Amino acid sequence: MMLHELTLNELTARLAAGEVSSREAMQACLDRIDAVDGSINAFMSIDRDDALGQADAADERLTKGTTHAEQPLLGVPISLKDIFCVKDQPANCSSKILGNFRSPYDGTVVQKLREAGAVIFGRVNMDEFAMGSSTENSAFGPTGNPWDAERVPGGSSGGCAAAVSAQECFGSIGTDTGGSIRQPAALCGCVGIKPTYGRVSRYGVVAFASSLDQVGPMGKTVRDTATLLGAIAGHDPRDSTSVPADVPDYAAGLEGDIKGVKLGLPKEYLGEGIDPEVRAAFEAAVKQYQSLGAEIEEVSLPHAEYGVATYYILATAEASANLARFDGIRYCDRVEGDDPFALYCNTRGAGFGEEVKRRIILGTYVLSSGYYDAYYIRAQKVRTLIKRDFDRALEKVDALITPTVPYTAFKAGEKTGDPLQMYLSDIYTISCNLAGTCGISVPCGFTNDPKLPVGLQLLGKPFGEQELLKIAHAYEQSTPWHNERAAL
Amino acid sequence: MSDSEFDIKYVANLARIALNPEEEERLGSQLGDILGYVKKLEELDVSDVEPMAHAVPLDNVLRADEVQPSISNDEALANAPKVANGLFVVPKIVE
Repeated sequence: MMLHELTLNELTARLAAGEVSSREAMQACLDRIDAVDGSINAFMSIDRDDALGQADAADERLTKGTTHAEQPLLGVPISLKDIFCVKDQPANCSSKILGNFRSPYDGTVVQKLREAGAVIFGRVNMDEFAMGSSTENSAFGPTGNPWDAERVPGGSSGGCAAAVSAQECFGSIGTDTGGSIRQPAALCGCVGIKPTYGRVSRYGVVAFASSLDQVGPMGKTVRDTATLLGAIAGHDPRDSTSVPADVPDYAAGLEGDIKGVKLGLPKEYLGEGIDPEVRAAFEAAVKQYQSLGAEIEEVSLPHAEYGVATYYILATAEASANLARFDGIRYCDRVEGDDPFALYCNTRGAGFGEEVKRRIILGTYVLSSGYYDAYYIRAQKVRTLIKRDFDRALEKVDALITPTVPYTAFKAGEKTGDPLQMYLSDIYTISCNLAGTCGISVPCGFTNDPKLPVGLQLLGKPFGEQELLKIAHAYEQSTPWHNERAAL
Repeated sequence: MSDSEFDIKYVANLARIALNPEEEERLGSQLGDILGYVKKLEELDVSDVEPMAHAVPLDNVLRADEVQPSISNDEALANAPKVANGLFVVPKIVE
């Protein structure tokens, strides 16, 4: 078996045993990227010297006896979505507007990864400012799906999912505002978890929609994402919305049967518009859960159909405020103007891509005088109704079970002309962010021709990541899907 | 809402984004469609519902009023397009 084919936890076992070095693991990733990234374009930039230097430092600690009990990610190469601040590295958010920006500091997630011993390398592609569902909205060119490079990897964390599924890294950290971790994980055939809002610090993460954004890991297996989540989760005084709750040992709590676990099937999620092969894979997954001893119960989320509309008002409103900082004064490629007003308009007109402009303008509109109550406040009220639906459903069951996306990876260019159709690809993932709870996508099969991955979504109780990971792990380990790799 | 009611020039101006005429036309019509879609929310009676700003209710989060480490002036200016004397340079605001 080639080194890049190992899971994160297989790698740490070998690092601990002294069978491989972190430098070898890092070099294996770089070699793999050189071999396959030309066809998928997951990585926008890599600081190779820095990466190998970090790997050497990890090897030194390993030699001196530091264990993975002390540093769970010691020596493990992890890639990052281009949205995280890493000291002296670029953070472009796949946008033109940030030019040659270099972060002056490490964000909290980066700091925590370093404390856990990870080798942080590479900036992976995304939809500009995390706005999109296909990674086509990148100023650095689109990313291809490892299963078929003509198709999209999903988005906005499409680079993370593609890099994990192409085995170019041992894990990747993304962000999820309306499905941006789970949807690309589903379309690329890897695992992605969106933790509960407040579980992971957002300090040092470029903000899109602050009441919805959450950082989360992507990996080859549930165990890998559990290990990564354990490393990055926790309260942070620098993010006042992070929650002071204990972080369980997620990886240690995965084993054990799930007999008697109650899974809720939201009846509203299986109506029209779902691809027949996706439905078949999903129904087989439900049966598999029954054979593992889980009880399936139909539940109702009566306001499910309002999720996308609510989201596109609230997320764009928050984005219009958050992205006001990109004005060409403190950073950004400035386009001059005779006065500050013209400078802002010129800088932002030249620097932002079309989807970002569309969302900022929509968000500005729904917050503008005369429309604020009709759109923004109304959407906030509907958000309350959506959250109540989730609270009620999750009182009766331990988790909800749904497909992650109603279809498999679509062809590049297929939905770019119709933003509304693109938005609807998040129909099953979006309400989880509005309700603020946690969700995970795990592979649950493939379509026949072409062979494309299908994702299963499980939505858990707020701060119930431990239980959610255990439920996902039991399914994963009883099915062959996580062992399948894209032929590249 | 039809796209004729959506004043793209006015809103783009509020958002401080310069658009060319082609973008104005395309974005204006797409935003008209999207607003048509989000009108769906009018079907619901929300008169007795409290608006929700955050999923996790947190009261005022305060910290002790003590100086914390921060980035230096040089680091803060390092990404600026134009600087002078340790300050950001902007076009003249007041005549």
